[in-house]
Amino acid sequence: MADEPKHIVSSFESDLKKLHDMIAMMGGLVERAVADGSSALLDHDPDLAARVIEHDPKINAEQHNVELFAVRLLALRQPVADDLRQVIQALKVVTDLERIGDLAANIAKRSIVINQVASSFSLSSLGQMATLVQQNLKSCIDSVGEANPQKAVAVWRADQAVDDLYNAIFRELITYMMEDARNITACTHLLFIAKNLERIGDHTTNIAELTYYAVTGESLPDFRPKGDNTAAYMPSNAG
Amino acid sequence: MEIASHQNMSSDMGLPDALRQATRSSDARVSIRNLNFYYGETHALKNVSIDFPDRQTTAMIGPSGCGKSTLLRVLNRMYDLYPGQRAEGEVLINGQNIVAPGQDLNQLRRRVGMVFQKPTPFPKSIYENVLFGVRLHEKLSKAELDERVEWALTRAALWNEVKDRLNSSALGLSGGQQQRLCIARSIAVRPDVLLLDEPTSALDPISTLKIEELVDELKRDFCIVIVTHNMQQAGRCADQVAFFYLGELVEVGPSSQIFTAPRERKTQEYITGRFG
Repeated sequence: MADEPKHIVSSFESDLKKLHDMIAMMGGLVERAVADGSSALLDHDPDLAARVIEHDPKINAEQHNVELFAVRLLALRQPVADDLRQVIQALKVVTDLERIGDLAANIAKRSIVINQVASSFSLSSLGQMATLVQQNLKSCIDSVGEANPQKAVAVWRADQAVDDLYNAIFRELITYMMEDARNITACTHLLFIAKNLERIGDHTTNIAELTYYAVTGESLPDFRPKGDNTAAYMPSNAG
Repeated sequence: MEIASHQNMSSDMGLPDALRQATRSSDARVSIRNLNFYYGETHALKNVSIDFPDRQTTAMIGPSGCGKSTLLRVLNRMYDLYPGQRAEGEVLINGQNIVAPGQDLNQLRRRVGMVFQKPTPFPKSIYENVLFGVRLHEKLSKAELDERVEWALTRAALWNEVKDRLNSSALGLSGGQQQRLCIARSIAVRPDVLLLDEPTSALDPISTLKIEELVDELKRDFCIVIVTHNMQQAGRCADQVAFFYLGELVEVGPSSQIFTAPRERKTQEYITGRFG
């Protein structure tokens, strides 16, 4: 879209650019929230966790601003073709971004509790998962900014690795809980954190799908490589 | 089947089968093949192939001078009125090539009705306006004439507004009413094809919506071709949209596809207002 000739009505052109910038800004806030929420957990930093929680309303407000702006654009400009797809993409992307912000804030909240129960588990798998999720999120937000469908497809495919890590962490935490019932509080929180990261991965793929549609006008297939098998998981010696 | 390349929907477009079916050439009321049109030396239409399906509305869009009005004028051979203008190729209406020599132009113009940008009521009564074409082609009794007037005015959504003053002058009607009267006059001769050349560009927004509603209603019985500069109108009224540029047909497809994901870059630039 970037190499297209400019719109005849220059104020429409600047409206579309503004919408684009608003999404980029909100994407930046959300990336920051996920990074800080993960650091708060891994570095045992409750102050950082508190800041993530405190900043979440900013993300919600930004979602609201984008929605108002996009609705105004639809009403006044009646965009069509790629312009229309861009506005629809913006409206839907901000919902996913807002959810990612909520999940990051939830990770931050749980990290505070985990610090208090002073668990001694290794967080290396969660750290690995958090890194992967952040990389995908960053690539995904870049793909929105660059209107790059190839990058969006790469992100869409990369979520499989996040799911694989989630399965491994799930099993690991169940094992800890079975070993000692006193681990249950911490492990449950860690499990939710892992689930939150996995959900962030899913929202990221949604954004990638929306980007692909906005740029190409075509939808990615319904089938996406998915690997969260935990719904059917049962430990062999359970019961 | 040259048209197939324009109308070849990729299977993942998610279009309803009915719509895809409807844009196939087999049920075309008007079928144009390799049409070239010349205003003297000027080559105004270049090798155009397109189908206008029956009981559907086709909108033709494109910048001024792109050939869309020329194509409309070919469909009822209005160009015959001017020397130096000629058409080559095939324009089949119900299987008959209307640009071939030896056509009965009066019959052709009965079968292909046309409504213009500005309302063109004749300085006669409403009743006589509706019957103007009918009287040229048919011998009907008074009762049949009355019936035809009521039918045409009802179909044109004007009956309720004028039924008590059928003998008043048509010039006393509002612009929107006059345009609907012209549509009534066109359909009174029961044409196969109805051509509308920017029928709402001189009307206020409410009259415009009434005409659009009417087009939606009329396509149940006719093959409708509308030329419009109003993109939203093309999107609202038409089943298929054809984009012309510099005398060539750039792209034709279902309106939902043209306005959400056009295949051709030129179409995209035009409908989004990024032209040139």
